[in-house]
Amino acid sequence: MYSAICGIKIGELRRLRSPNDEAHVTRKRNSGCLLQNHLIPKRQRMDTRFTRGKSAILERSLTRPKTEVSVSAFALLFSEMVQYCQSRVYSVSELQARLADLGQGVGASLLDVLVLREKNGKRETKVLNILLFIKVSVWKALFGKEADKLEQANDDDKTYYIIEKEPLINAFISVPKENSTLNCAAFTAGVVEAILTHSGFPAKVTAHWHKGTTLMIKFDEAVIARDKALDGR
Amino acid sequence: MSRQSNRTTESKKMNSELFTLTYGALVTQLCKDYENDEEVNKQLDKMGYNIGVRLIEDFLARSSVGRCHDFRETADVIAKVAFKMYLGITPSVTNWSPAGDEFSLILESNPLVDFVELPDNHSTLVYSNLLCGVLRGALEMVQMAVDVRFAQDTLRGDNVTEIRMKFIKRIEENLPAGDE
Repeated sequence: MYSAICGIKIGELRRLRSPNDEAHVTRKRNSGCLLQNHLIPKRQRMDTRFTRGKSAILERSLTRPKTEVSVSAFALLFSEMVQYCQSRVYSVSELQARLADLGQGVGASLLDVLVLREKNGKRETKVLNILLFIKVSVWKALFGKEADKLEQANDDDKTYYIIEKEPLINAFISVPKENSTLNCAAFTAGVVEAILTHSGFPAKVTAHWHKGTTLMIKFDEAVIARDKALDGR
Repeated sequence: MSRQSNRTTESKKMNSELFTLTYGALVTQLCKDYENDEEVNKQLDKMGYNIGVRLIEDFLARSSVGRCHDFRETADVIAKVAFKMYLGITPSVTNWSPAGDEFSLILESNPLVDFVELPDNHSTLVYSNLLCGVLRGALEMVQMAVDVRFAQDTLRGDNVTEIRMKFIKRIEENLPAGDE
């Protein structure tokens, strides 16, 4: 998945730089490895997949017609994922950690594509704006609607909550009594955590049963301090 | 623990990107967990099989498709009804074997592989192998044993994605021993 997103960045970059100038495009392509070296972490530079010429995926547009799949298909896939994770862990917290890991992969990929598609490559710098970006853009891209609520904790300025009454993820999941603390929205928590972390707002996100499902976001101290400093300007 | 919801025949739809990325995250995780691509392929097939076994009920309930009279009809229902319903695509059915027991599904687009590029060190990974398992599992529940495999895949540089399906036999219904 990582490589694919690199691909999108590079493809988009080419498109942005020279939308009409064909000759320029060809030139860029020939010197493609130079351009790419700037975008790819050092350890991957020599990987042939980046240097062997254009791949079809780089040429595809980022704004594509919206395609849809059935919710049942997703529910069945997600159920298999939960079962797979469950077969490899011993406790509920380990299971939630594994689901969150999977969610992180989704969040990291989604952030790149959304920022390019909807924000024209610009990223948020303020805590409130990134939270709104998640509540609105991310939620719409994932679930087709905004999140129900975004709240700040009364007594703590680094804690925020995203509340979803009936999350799509949990729609077809019934939690067994003996594991009543399990909330498979840990997966969504992983998505949100990756988006915040990769946007430069390191945070811990956990899923809880409260007013439906509540994702608790705890930002690092430094994030809040920086935000306050920015406010002071 | 059945949940009574107002289930309609028309199934709910969602943006395919969450599905695509979730599947991507799953395959990535499997690649981390298993030693080699063959093991990952096998695991994907197994998960697909489990999905298929459950999916067929959902399919029969929603589609109101009756019993198929021959394999050709089965092929049409899979392509035109099932793929359309679950993945929003309609593959074409071609390349029938003379005996009529084997055909290909040609997928022009595959929602599972959006955003995906295979790294060189996973050349034997069959990324979408889950689909084979789903088809096998679902058909087994309607007493058909089939062999399903990917013949071509756009991820490996082929022009189209081709799933080859071969009819093996009709499964006789045997009640398990001791089960009256």
